[in-house]
Amino acid sequence: MFSKTKILLLTTIIFLSVQSGILAQDETSASSTDFYSMLFVFMLATFIGIGVISRVSRLLHTPLMSITNAISAIAVVGSLILTGHDYPDYITILGAVALFASMTNIVSGFLITDRMLKMFQSRQGRALTDKTKSGKGESKKS
Amino acid sequence: MIYSIVQFSFIVATALFVFALHWMKDPKTARKGVFSGVAAMTIAIISTLIDPAIVNWEWIAVAIAFGFIVGIPLSKVPLTAVPQRTALSHAFGGLAAGLVGTAKFYLWLDEGPENLTVFIMVAIIAEIILGYLTFTGSLMAAGKLQEIKWIPQRPVTYKGQNFINLGLLAVAVVFGILLIINPVEYGYLFPAIIFLAVLFGVLLIIPIGGADMPTVISLLNSYAGLSAVAMGFVLDNKLLVTAGALDGSSGLILSIIMCKAMNRSFTNVLFGAFGQVQAAKAGVEQRTAKQETPEGAAQILEQASKVVIVPGYGMAVAQAQYRIRELYDLLSKLGIDVKFAIHPVAGRMPGHMNVLLAEAKIPYEQLIEMDDINSDMPQVDVVIVVGANDVVNPAARSDKSSPIFGMPIINADKAKMCFAIKRSMNPGFAGIENELYYADHTFMLFGDAKAVIGELVKHLSVVVAEK
Repeated sequence: MFSKTKILLLTTIIFLSVQSGILAQDETSASSTDFYSMLFVFMLATFIGIGVISRVSRLLHTPLMSITNAISAIAVVGSLILTGHDYPDYITILGAVALFASMTNIVSGFLITDRMLKMFQSRQGRALTDKTKSGKGESKKS
Repeated sequence: MIYSIVQFSFIVATALFVFALHWMKDPKTARKGVFSGVAAMTIAIISTLIDPAIVNWEWIAVAIAFGFIVGIPLSKVPLTAVPQRTALSHAFGGLAAGLVGTAKFYLWLDEGPENLTVFIMVAIIAEIILGYLTFTGSLMAAGKLQEIKWIPQRPVTYKGQNFINLGLLAVAVVFGILLIINPVEYGYLFPAIIFLAVLFGVLLIIPIGGADMPTVISLLNSYAGLSAVAMGFVLDNKLLVTAGALDGSSGLILSIIMCKAMNRSFTNVLFGAFGQVQAAKAGVEQRTAKQETPEGAAQILEQASKVVIVPGYGMAVAQAQYRIRELYDLLSKLGIDVKFAIHPVAGRMPGHMNVLLAEAKIPYEQLIEMDDINSDMPQVDVVIVVGANDVVNPAARSDKSSPIFGMPIINADKAKMCFAIKRSMNPGFAGIENELYYADHTFMLFGDAKAVIGELVKHLSVVVAEK
């Protein structure tokens, strides 16, 4: 769909090869975390994201941005780990501020997305709500 | 055992996040997407909390409580303030990533420098640079959108600006490389990188004007996502990587759409300082535009059979969307076909106009994309331009010297007649003269968009009442 997707693909590949180049010199320390599978996950998730998001209705780009905002507040997981573990106080405080920031994003992101989406009404939907409103008025009169 | 449960719930959460975005493809299913997203987030939080190593419950409770206290009012802002709110939440996202990266670095520096491998250090540096620059950059963007007094609205440029910006970034990268090579010895450079990232975020947004905000907000969205990905690498957590990547790709696609809709490149948006150059050129030639009264316009409108309304940021400023709804209702009652032509960059963020019109209860079937409506334009009897300017400027098609040359526009000039509602003849934010206003079949309706449309509604409702 986008010619720039190709550019993205290229940059991703370059990024990955640079990363693996760095890692090649660091084989020994790479044992504790499986970085390669992480990079795989990152690459595949990016392509899934591009696939799914290019199908999103253009009507909904503002709600899309607020819902992805809430989703990227998944940083809450990292903040919870830092705040919750028995680490030195300054770590706990940094973690708690991060937790506050991500929690704010989760709460406001999902709530405002839902609020906006409720407003999108089809012609039918609007006819229905108008009818129920006027219907109520008439039933009171009778 | 707990490890398996956590990993399995993370897989479920990832699937739910993908579904959440998948359901956004249609307004009919979109609300399911929100529930799916909430479910995924709840699963992620609960499965993180079942870890027995979590002990500081008071801290967690207090932080979450404050999150709700600030988050709930932030979700109730008026829809015209949605761009600011979005920018502000990008700032929060960036801050969270930056703080977690900082905390992790110092924790490992104190307790186990052997953990600071090359890979981890690359991820931490990426996380804090992206995180803190998103934080201050988004705060600046939010300030500009909110029109806070001490933040200049116009793009601020000075000589050697790009050189200084890129120089700062280069210094940060060099510091980063030193830290990657030896985190313990060069540990004192860590605060310097944070400072540079914070400064870079501010300097990056200063030269950017209002018309470019949709692209910049999308780009910051992408950065916030990528900083979450980097956090995932640091913490060895695949859920962070997947969710961050979804956000990152969303921001990227939106920025590409915005750039395409302006026929500009990323570098041009970020380093081009749009809207500064042309202002001096305007006003060379004095021409007069034809004017029409709301009464006359209403008489023409009632004779039309096809009407297209082109909204722009001016509609949001004037809060004219409810009046437009009344106009839409009246015209529909007269049997006139009314459509709305939406340019991708109209407003201050992607999809801004759609949300405002939906708020005013205009059915979404009537909101038509630029590409789909342009071919119908010659058959349209009347186009009403409400607070839009550059997106209907025919100079984009014809005038090679125009800074917007090549930008796809809504062909309002191709319609049989055009009414443009505008406060005055001042060129818009980008400072570019608009040929449309001087065309033979264009008539200006001067005044505040809300008031002018109110007048139109008044005259038309008399006509409707008579029928």
